[in-house]
Amino acid sequence: MTDRGNRGLKSTVDWRIVIYYLLLVLIGFINIYASIHSSEPSSIFDFSVRSGKQFVWILTGIVLATLILFVFNPRLWEVISIPSYLIILVLLVAVIFVGSDVKGSHSWFNFGPVSFQPAEVSKIATSLVLATIMSKTNFKMSNMKDLLLVAAVIALPMLIIVAEKETGSALVYLGFIFVLYREGLSGWFLFLIGVIILLFILTLTTSIYTALIVLAAIASLCYSIYSGKPKRWIWADVPAILVLIFLPKFNLPFNPLYIYLALTGVQAVRMAYRSFRQRKFITFATLVAFLLGIGIVFSTEYIFNNVLQDHQRSRIEVLLGMKDDPAGVGYNVNQSKIAIGSGGLFGKGFLQGTQTTYGFVPEQSTDFIFCTVGEEWGFVGCLIVILLYVFLIYRLITDAERCRDQFTRIYGYCVASVIFMHLFINIGMTIGLMPVIGIPLPLLSYGGSSLWSFTVLIFIFVALYRQEKKYF
Amino acid sequence: MTLDRKNKILIGLGVVAAILLVKLFSIQILDQQYKIDASNNSMVYDIIYPTRGVIYDRNGTILVGNKIAYDIQVTPREVKSFDTLALADALNVSVDFIRERMAEYKKNSRRIGFQSVTMLKQVPSETYIRFAEVQYKFPGFKGHVRSVRDYPVNAGGNLLGYVSEVDADYIRKHEGQYRSGDYAGKTGIEAAREEDLRGEKGYKIYIRDSRNQIKTAYQNGEMDKEAVAGRNITTTIDAKLQQYGQELMKNKVGSVVAIEPSTGEILAMVSSPGIDVEMLSDIGQYYNQISNDPYKPMFNRTVQASYPPGSVFKLVNGLIGLQEGVLTPDRQYPCNRGYAYSGSRKLGCHGHRSPLNLEEAIMMSCNGYFCYVLKSILENKKYDNVPEAFDVWREYVTSFGLGSSLGSDFPSELGGNVPTSSYYSKIYGRNGWRFATIVSLSIGQGEMGVTPLQIANLCATVANRGWYITPHIVKASEGIEIDPKYYERNYTKVDTNEFKKVIHGMWRAVNEPAGAGGTAYAAAIPGLDLCGKTGTAQNPHGADNSVFICFAPQDNPKIAIAAYIENAGFGATWACPIASLMVEQYLTGEIRPERKYVEDRILNANLMPNR
Repeated sequence: MTDRGNRGLKSTVDWRIVIYYLLLVLIGFINIYASIHSSEPSSIFDFSVRSGKQFVWILTGIVLATLILFVFNPRLWEVISIPSYLIILVLLVAVIFVGSDVKGSHSWFNFGPVSFQPAEVSKIATSLVLATIMSKTNFKMSNMKDLLLVAAVIALPMLIIVAEKETGSALVYLGFIFVLYREGLSGWFLFLIGVIILLFILTLTTSIYTALIVLAAIASLCYSIYSGKPKRWIWADVPAILVLIFLPKFNLPFNPLYIYLALTGVQAVRMAYRSFRQRKFITFATLVAFLLGIGIVFSTEYIFNNVLQDHQRSRIEVLLGMKDDPAGVGYNVNQSKIAIGSGGLFGKGFLQGTQTTYGFVPEQSTDFIFCTVGEEWGFVGCLIVILLYVFLIYRLITDAERCRDQFTRIYGYCVASVIFMHLFINIGMTIGLMPVIGIPLPLLSYGGSSLWSFTVLIFIFVALYRQEKKYF
Repeated sequence: MTLDRKNKILIGLGVVAAILLVKLFSIQILDQQYKIDASNNSMVYDIIYPTRGVIYDRNGTILVGNKIAYDIQVTPREVKSFDTLALADALNVSVDFIRERMAEYKKNSRRIGFQSVTMLKQVPSETYIRFAEVQYKFPGFKGHVRSVRDYPVNAGGNLLGYVSEVDADYIRKHEGQYRSGDYAGKTGIEAAREEDLRGEKGYKIYIRDSRNQIKTAYQNGEMDKEAVAGRNITTTIDAKLQQYGQELMKNKVGSVVAIEPSTGEILAMVSSPGIDVEMLSDIGQYYNQISNDPYKPMFNRTVQASYPPGSVFKLVNGLIGLQEGVLTPDRQYPCNRGYAYSGSRKLGCHGHRSPLNLEEAIMMSCNGYFCYVLKSILENKKYDNVPEAFDVWREYVTSFGLGSSLGSDFPSELGGNVPTSSYYSKIYGRNGWRFATIVSLSIGQGEMGVTPLQIANLCATVANRGWYITPHIVKASEGIEIDPKYYERNYTKVDTNEFKKVIHGMWRAVNEPAGAGGTAYAAAIPGLDLCGKTGTAQNPHGADNSVFICFAPQDNPKIAIAAYIENAGFGATWACPIASLMVEQYLTGEIRPERKYVEDRILNANLMPNR
């Protein structure tokens, strides 16, 4: 070992990440106690209730973190990444058949008093595998084969988890797109995904026709900008789109959709011909994207009505304001908003919250733990919690950027993406920005499975980063 | 700082965090609605129900009082596992009942929340005491004291009316006055004076703390409201007479209405078959049974049934003839078993001597005589034509309170029907009808409908010699005012003098010795000076209806009564003894021994038609 290799703990471990971790875990512990104390008043350390159990998870989590930091060789993670990913895939499939049924989803193994959710661990394994594959020297994001491989690595566990009926956990995998973006994926892909989500929402809330017009507008605008002729868009495409917008106002004897399809059909043939003659990739890409968009719009209705389950459908309907249902599906969100909203600026104080204790808010100590934060600690508490997450993610990203080792950098982005997705979906759900999909708030929500996997996820990075500092 | 991909991602992170914080800021600090919703969630209203006003009869006897009943309430969230069998035993219900209920609460647990729901209503006190002894074994179950109606006198369900829980429709109609779970009088006296009887609800507001325990009274109880008990009502009903009428009318279809002529106060009002008072206090339980009964006990015949008045209407025609000057008391008309009004068509009459004068015609209820009377009214040379004369006749008739609702304070009173000339002109053409067309109106048949209350009022009008006070059921008493119209006399268009001649005929109908031809001799009670008029109204739906009106004594009458028995044949056979027994009971307080056989015959008679 060189001199630099003997740098002390103080300078090699990123203590800021550790402090953010400890603060979030502590906040979670306090709020879990607050959320259950009304129905089961007892000591915060009573092991028969959730706060006491969480205390055990926290202590063991810290032990786990210490082991990862100081005992295991950080090189181990890269070595075991592919085998562990494959094992996890097997477990993910197996749990569908042997797992116990928790509210309709089959994602938990039950071993007597201990239960275990492979979906939690699979986030770690997937992150490690992504880092392994993408840090190979001959890996190139622009190479179609490499891109497809990476897409498959992400999509495989995601689809199995959808089959387990854990849609929320599956959504988290969409976050890996940020990692791909950082590593060279074209920004157009992010843009495409945004457009797809927009089309989905438009088709459901307005009509197929409106969604198609928006699609045409976006596609033509992108095409003109990219081919350097934005003025042509204004005088040629905008009028055509305006005509299409006002078509339904005239009582045509037939569906205006046919005019739209006829127009775009002519345009598509023109573009296909031009892309063939001029060999312009952008023309071809626009055409494909546009036709894909039409396909998405038409299949949205099918997906919505036939692929999604009833409760998912109604949650999306409530979120998009298509259904007003404060007593039914909207009930959880409404009560959760009442709890958070009643907190005001400084909150009602520790253990003084009333809303979360009347049982109006479901899953108070797990998925809806943020309600307790909002009610008892107010806007200030929410601000602190969100800032802690933002600092944590910021640290992860800047640390990752500092690494010369690609594996560490990519893994760091994976961790940041996973935490970010959980943060946005979970808090968004409690304040009515996202549909109610049950995923935990990292480090705060009650549950050993979740706490441990986030601990491992984060501390593998801290260990890798420490390694980096030691030897470079 | 360059805009590389790392920084773009960090900007994205910042934007998302900002979105979350802006939304949080808006619901936590800008929007006050969530704080209001939250305090609504934490406030507990404990409603205090007032006791309903007591209903007294005219002599201070309680017709409707209150008694204590117990509801068994459950707070499903507080229920621990318990011995279903033991609870079923204590509450005297089946095990399945409890299981079903608990399953139901579990299903609706989100809606119920921490509230209590009523599992059993109106448990008798013996059962409640047994439950109270073992209550500690069943956390979450408790007894809730409630005051329910009590009926010490069988005064008939239709008169008293029932009180039941308000439904959505009722709440909408009385906006702002009721909430679901409240009770209100729906029919009869309970409905007539609902606003006085109901009182005002009170409430206590408590705040739940963060442990969901009721912590303190909200603002030290300053916002609480005391319940105000309902006002007591004194009715015009005579409890004894009403109860006697109920007994006499048992197993008969029809009604009896008695009025004090000098005040217009309704003394008794019996509709039979009616709702049994035993069923009233828990009407919901019997509702199906009552509404499926072919005799329609819900239907209050006294104010809602419209019958042809029959022969009692001859009095009105006679009085109009006298007033119009086309008839004198001594005028005689022949009757040969009827009156031939159009060629071979004849309105029949029973056998009696002929010719008769007015008094005798009333006493013997001659049909022919009154055909001549109406003919002379309608063909009066004073008027240009029959329709014009008919309108004059109709004005007289309506001045007796017929043809439209009297305006009593009893709910859902209907008005019956007296036809107008335009009604006939529409059918027959302006000049297409004459007396012969409407001959049956002479004897109170044809296109006429009156309610028993209107016939009783007619009787009171005759007893008063030409005026009536609108019949009513509530007396003014402390805190209770009644409409001034219940003090005003309504005069008919016939002079007081003319009534004397008719009344004597009514006296003779009752008091002439048997065999003299008086139709109502069965009603004669020595010393009571009864005046009466029988009627046998043809009924399009079956056997004739039996009608009798009478008042007593002849001078300064104390009671006027109308009895209307459906499908019972001659007025003299059933309606007459029932009315006379009630008069005797009211005026003397007893039935004299020699008339006991009449009473027995009525009490034992079953005149219910098979349906």
